[in-house]
Amino acid sequence: MELILEGLQIRQDDFQLTADWHAQSGERIAVIGPSGAGKSTLLNALAGFVPLAAGAILWNGARIDGLPPGQRPLSVLFQDQNLFPHLTVAQNLGLGLDPGLRRVDWRAVDAALEQVGLSGYGPRKPAALSGGEQGRAALARVLLRARPILLLDEPFAALGPALKSDMLDLVAEVAAGALVLMVTHDPQDARRFAGRCVLVAEGRAAPPVETAALFANPPAPLAAYLG
Amino acid sequence: MARGAGALIARTTALALAALTLGPVAAVLWRAGGGMPGAADLAALRFTVLQAVLSALASVICAIPLARALARRRFPGRALAISALGAPFLLPVIVAVLGLLAIFGRSGIFNTALRDLGLPQISIFGLGGVVLAHVFLNMPLATRMILQGWQAIPAERIRLAESLGFGPAHILRHIELPMLRDVVPGAALAVFAICLTSFAVVLVLGGGPAATTVELAIYQAVRFEFDLARAATLALMQVAACGVALALAAAFTLPSGFGAGLDRGQVLPRPGGWCRLADAAAITLAALFIGGPILSVVLRGLPGLADLPGAVWPALGNSLLVAVLAAPMAVGGALALAMGRAQGLRGLEPLAMLPMAGSALVLGTGLFLLVFPFVSPAAVALPVTVIVTAVMALPFAYRILVPEALRLVQDHGRLAAALDLRGFAALRLLILPRLRRPLGFALGLTAALAVGDLGVVALFAAENGATLPLVIQRLMGAYRMDAAAGAALLLVGAAFALFWICDQWGRGGTDT
Repeated sequence: MELILEGLQIRQDDFQLTADWHAQSGERIAVIGPSGAGKSTLLNALAGFVPLAAGAILWNGARIDGLPPGQRPLSVLFQDQNLFPHLTVAQNLGLGLDPGLRRVDWRAVDAALEQVGLSGYGPRKPAALSGGEQGRAALARVLLRARPILLLDEPFAALGPALKSDMLDLVAEVAAGALVLMVTHDPQDARRFAGRCVLVAEGRAAPPVETAALFANPPAPLAAYLG
Repeated sequence: MARGAGALIARTTALALAALTLGPVAAVLWRAGGGMPGAADLAALRFTVLQAVLSALASVICAIPLARALARRRFPGRALAISALGAPFLLPVIVAVLGLLAIFGRSGIFNTALRDLGLPQISIFGLGGVVLAHVFLNMPLATRMILQGWQAIPAERIRLAESLGFGPAHILRHIELPMLRDVVPGAALAVFAICLTSFAVVLVLGGGPAATTVELAIYQAVRFEFDLARAATLALMQVAACGVALALAAAFTLPSGFGAGLDRGQVLPRPGGWCRLADAAAITLAALFIGGPILSVVLRGLPGLADLPGAVWPALGNSLLVAVLAAPMAVGGALALAMGRAQGLRGLEPLAMLPMAGSALVLGTGLFLLVFPFVSPAAVALPVTVIVTAVMALPFAYRILVPEALRLVQDHGRLAAALDLRGFAALRLLILPRLRRPLGFALGLTAALAVGDLGVVALFAAENGATLPLVIQRLMGAYRMDAAAGAALLLVGAAFALFWICDQWGRGGTDT
């Protein structure tokens, strides 16, 4: 299955971003570039939080840019606020199966918690979890939602290097077979995690290129950013 | 971003609110026709503006030293004192007037003391009394607004000033006065707008050609002269006055007096000597001024409780009914509008504030004109009171809810959208749990205001449809002061109980 960004244009006041490329299921792609270049905006447009000025988004041949965010074939992890603080961990996961929490297979919720190493954490409130555990819980919901695309907007930026590395391994496990697009500031993450990279700079999200090749011979804006 | 059921409910609410506000005003406009205001009407307008200006000025002039003293001093009971500043807002106006009469009335404590000292006595009736009552009711609100200004001064700025060797006079000039310049106009304007439509105070303490407000003149035109055309002309004048006040308010950011914090690591200098004495005097005088009348109602009312007139109980039932119906209507409408606004629907904010361009008696007059040809106004006194009370309380509830709704959408809106959490499920799983605290507070506030409100019901009610505030006013008019005090105590109990129950419900959430 294939994600196609066809003549995509995003405009917000003076800011403009274009994208015109495609990516396949099972790929892991890092979205990198200078601060303020529009990395998160690109993800927000894919997720349906930012309207398109022109162009189309297609998944498996069908347009998805007209769908509301919750009905697109994707899951999102934000920088923070990935769990509702007033609901238990289990309820937060249950939302991935039924937004009304009425038809939830709680055994599936328990199984997902177990898979991310949080067995028995279901009845707790998110505030009782560490940052890493909250990230795991959010990933368990991604697992339950089982959507073919996963968008990550620097969800582990606040974690230490070792923990972040663990989380990336967990993402790889949870999202096996899915198309993953991950915004990151850290070239290390991109090298470790992503086979290809999208460079967002100067109003354009360039088509994905091999990560190793990109860092071996960085274009001018990336070179300036990496310093 | 907003779509679906939420947006539909927000738009429907806005439409209903516009119809309930503009419909009566249109009826007034139609009925007023080309009727020009007479000399008495213009005198009423002059008095209305004069008393509102004086009340606003006196309230903030008293509030500034009190707020400063509370901001820079620490003493046992300080937190309680600041909480108690919210009490006059919940206190039914008619009860406040009764308390003030006990202190400042002809045979009150104050005048008795003056007489014993051989000094001339003061009269609580007329302009002076109206302003006094308005200061009693609104100075605490102004104090909370201004106190918030002091508490919002960053500690670093004070520390910087001290490290530069600033004394108290320099801190006043460079830090405190600029803050006051920002905050005081808003506080004064808020008090001015409240006093512009004051009715119960003027009904008891005003009256006569020299001390009649537009609101009171409307009441008299409907109840005594049955001159509906004149009432309509007066109502139109009131709308114009409120419109000007609202336009002025739009030019300033009105500070919120609800959230005044209790303790933040404040580092305001605390000068000793006469400054310390002055602060102590400000706090003591305010405590006496606010506490005295309330205490007098309690003391006088307690014996009266055992011997309440029969009319009190059905009236209490009516008042509770009005509160129980009007508060959820106001808060539900405000929630729909606040969530709609937070989700990006345009044009809701001015609509939510629209009722402030009228007054309870203006809406009442309009509804009177609309229903009069078909049914006896007395027959619909309670439904009309519920509707008008809900409409007039909605802007208060909206202002409480909208910052919280904006934060809710900012923090959780995208996640909710990503998970397709919307409609009733969003209300149940996200909005009600997250907004429970401000919802409880808004419910409590509007219920307390509704139970104690003496406004539109005076225009409509006959003997049997009265609410408790109206019965108290009638008892006062018949000089049955002990019975009035007993009923007043009951009303205060009802108002505070309603507030407490709703607020406790709001605090009961397991928010983290």
